[in-house]
Amino acid sequence: MLEYVLFSLLNSLVLGMLLFMLSSGLTLIFSMMGVLNFAHASFYMLGAYFGYQISTWIGFWPALVIAPLLVGGLGALVERYGLRSLHKYGHVAELLFTVGLFYIIEESVNLIWGRNAVMYPIPTILDFPIFKLLGAEVSAYRMFMLLISMAMFVGLYLVLTRTRIGLIIQAALTHPDGVNALGHNVPAVFMLVFGGGSALAGLAGVIGGIFLITEPAMAATLGPIVFVVIVVGGMGSLTGAFVASLLLAAIQTFAVGIEYSLTDILALFGWQVDTSGFFRDIWRIQLSHTGPILPYLFMVLMLMFRPKGLMGKRES
Amino acid sequence: MNHYLKQFGIWFAAVIVCIVLPLVFNSGFSRSMLSQMGIAVIFALSYNMLLGQGGMLSFGHAVYYGLGGFLAMHALNWVGDGWPLPLELVPLMGGLGGVVAGLIFGWLSTDRAGTTFALISLGIGELIAASALMLPSFFGGEEGISANRMVDTTLTGFRFGQQIEVYYLIVAWMLVCIALMYLQTKTPLGRVANAVRDNPERAAFIGYNARVVRTLQFTLAAFFAGIAGGLFAINYEIITTETVGAIPSGNVLMMTYIGGVGHFFGPILGAALVTLMQLTLAGITHAWLLYFGLLFVGMVLWAPGGLAGLIMMHEPVWKAGLMSRLLRAYAIIAVPALVLFLGLMTLIEINYHLSLSVNPDEPLSLFGISFKAQSPAAWIVSLALIGIGFFFFRKGQRVVRRSWNEVAQQMKGAAIQ
Repeated sequence: MLEYVLFSLLNSLVLGMLLFMLSSGLTLIFSMMGVLNFAHASFYMLGAYFGYQISTWIGFWPALVIAPLLVGGLGALVERYGLRSLHKYGHVAELLFTVGLFYIIEESVNLIWGRNAVMYPIPTILDFPIFKLLGAEVSAYRMFMLLISMAMFVGLYLVLTRTRIGLIIQAALTHPDGVNALGHNVPAVFMLVFGGGSALAGLAGVIGGIFLITEPAMAATLGPIVFVVIVVGGMGSLTGAFVASLLLAAIQTFAVGIEYSLTDILALFGWQVDTSGFFRDIWRIQLSHTGPILPYLFMVLMLMFRPKGLMGKRES
Repeated sequence: MNHYLKQFGIWFAAVIVCIVLPLVFNSGFSRSMLSQMGIAVIFALSYNMLLGQGGMLSFGHAVYYGLGGFLAMHALNWVGDGWPLPLELVPLMGGLGGVVAGLIFGWLSTDRAGTTFALISLGIGELIAASALMLPSFFGGEEGISANRMVDTTLTGFRFGQQIEVYYLIVAWMLVCIALMYLQTKTPLGRVANAVRDNPERAAFIGYNARVVRTLQFTLAAFFAGIAGGLFAINYEIITTETVGAIPSGNVLMMTYIGGVGHFFGPILGAALVTLMQLTLAGITHAWLLYFGLLFVGMVLWAPGGLAGLIMMHEPVWKAGLMSRLLRAYAIIAVPALVLFLGLMTLIEINYHLSLSVNPDEPLSLFGISFKAQSPAAWIVSLALIGIGFFFFRKGQRVVRRSWNEVAQQMKGAAIQ
C-alpha cells in the first residue's frame, strides 16, 4: 500500500510537472490574449520532433537548447502573420485559425517524419537508476525531468516578478486593456508571450518526447488534457495551472491502481445492487478503467459550478 | 406565383437536382457519396443553428449525432424484433436521442457563450467519447452496434436493400429538415437566438433569458443532429464509438465554416463540397488532410464568410449588371493562382511520396508526367512554379482590387442617381 502511494506520488509529480510546463505557456497566452491556442499541443509535438532530429544530428544537450528556440520562433511568426490579422474578427476566428493550424502541423509532421513513432531514446548519460525506493529503482531521467521542470518554474516566476517585462505581462494577464491604455507596446508583448509560451511547450516536448512516446498522434492525445488543466486552474493564474497540473496528474495516476467499482463500494455498506438492466455498466465499472474520463468529468463539473477555476482571477 | 418562383425558384431547382442526381451518376460509389452528402447536409445545418445563428462554437456536436445514431440503431434492432415503428420514422428515434442529450448537456453548457462554451463542449465531447468504451451495453464496445435495415415494418413498402432507395429516404428527410430549419430561423426563437448571439446583455435587458434561449436553440440543433445520426445508422447499418468522437465534430465544424456561417445555405454548400473532397481526394492523394487544413486556414484568414459569403458578396454586383468587369479581373488572376497551386501541390506530393510511400525510389506520376521524386529537377521546377506564381499573383491582386473599386464606385454612382 505504501509502495503504491509513494510511487504514484512520484509518478504524478513527474507527470504533473510536465503537464505544467505545457500548460503554463497556454495559460499565459489564453489569459493575455483570450486566444485559446488549439495548436499548443502541436508545438509540444514539434518540440519533441525537433529535439529528436537535432539529437540525431548533433546531440541531446544542444537539442535541449535549440529545439525550444526554434519552436518559439515559429510561434512568434504564427502570431505575427496569422493571429494578428485575425484580432479584429474576434476570438472565434482566432480559435478556428489555431484549429486549422493543428491539422496543418499534424499533417506536416506526418509528411516529414512519417506516421510511425520515432526512436527517441533516453540519452545514455541519464539512463541509469539513481536511487532505490522501497526496493524498486527510480530512473535518473525522471529526476532530470523534475529538475528541468522545477528550473523552468523558478525561471518563469523570476522573469514574471523581477523583470520589467514580466511586470507588464502580469498586468496584461488581468487587465490587458489597461496596459494598452498606459502605452505599452501590447502587440510586441503579445508576440513575445506567444513565442515564449510556444518555446515552453517545445521544451516540454524535447524532454517529454523521450518519456512518453514520440508519434504524430501525441498532440491529439495530450491536447485536451492541457485544456482541462487551464480551465481547472483558472484564467490568469499560473499558480492555479501548477496546482491543477499536479492535481490532474495525481487523479489519473492514482485511479489506475484502484480496482473498486460502485458495486464494491456499496457492498462495503452491505447494499446488494442488481447488476443487470440498462445501467449495469455504470454499477460494474472499476475506477481503474475510468482513468480517461476523470479529467473531463472534473473539468465539466468545474465549469458548471466555478467557471473561474480553482484560482482564476478573471472569468473570460 | 411569379414572386414565389423568383424567391424559391432556386430551391425548386435544387429539389429536382437532388431527385435526378443518382440517376445521372449511377455507380455504387456515387450513390453512396450522395447519401453521405445528404446526411452531412443535415448535420452541418444543425451545427449552424448553434454557430451561425446562436453564436455558440461547439467542439462536441458529434455527441448528439452519435447518441442519436446509437439510439436509432438500437431502435432498428427493436423494429427487427417486432416493434411497430416503420423504418422511415426511425430517424425520429435518433432525433429523440439528440433532444434528450441536448437538453441535459445544453442546460449544463449554456451559462456562458464564447470560449467557455467551446471548452465545455470539448470536455463533454471527450467525456462521452471516452465513456463510450466503458459502457458496452449501449455503445457496443470496440465493435459498435449493428442492425439490419431490411425490416418488414415500412410505410412505403420499399425494402431499402438498395443504396438508391436509402438515398431517396435520406433526400426526403433532408428536404423536410432543411424546410424546418429554415422556418425555425423565421420564428421568434430563431430571431431572439440571433439577438442573444449579437448582444446577450441587451437581449437580457429586453427581457429574454439568454441561458434559456441558448438551451432551446441547442436542443433543437441536437434534435436535427440526432436525425442525421439516425440516417447514418440506416445508411451504414453499423455505428461505432468513433461517431461520437472528435473527428466528426471537427469535420462538421470545417464543413460549416468552409461553407459559410453567415448564410442559411452556406453549410449545405460546405457539407457537399467537403464530403466530395474527402471521398474523392483521399483516393487521389495521400496529402488530402493537409490540403484540407490549408484550405480551412486560408478561409479563416482571407474569406471568413466562407463560400456562401464569397458568393453573396457578388450578389449586388450581379444585380447591377457589372459582373463582366470583375470576371475579367478574376480571369487575369486565375492563371498565376493556378501556377502557384500547381507548384505547391507538386512540392507537397513529392514530399509525401518521399516519406510515406512504400517505395520512395519508384517514380511518381503527376498529370501523366512520370519523374523520380528525389531528382533535383522536380524540386527546382516546383519551387520555380511557386516563386513565379506568387510574384504574378501579387500583381493580379492589384488588378482585382482596382476592378472592385471601380465596380463599387459605379454602384455608388448609380445609387446616387
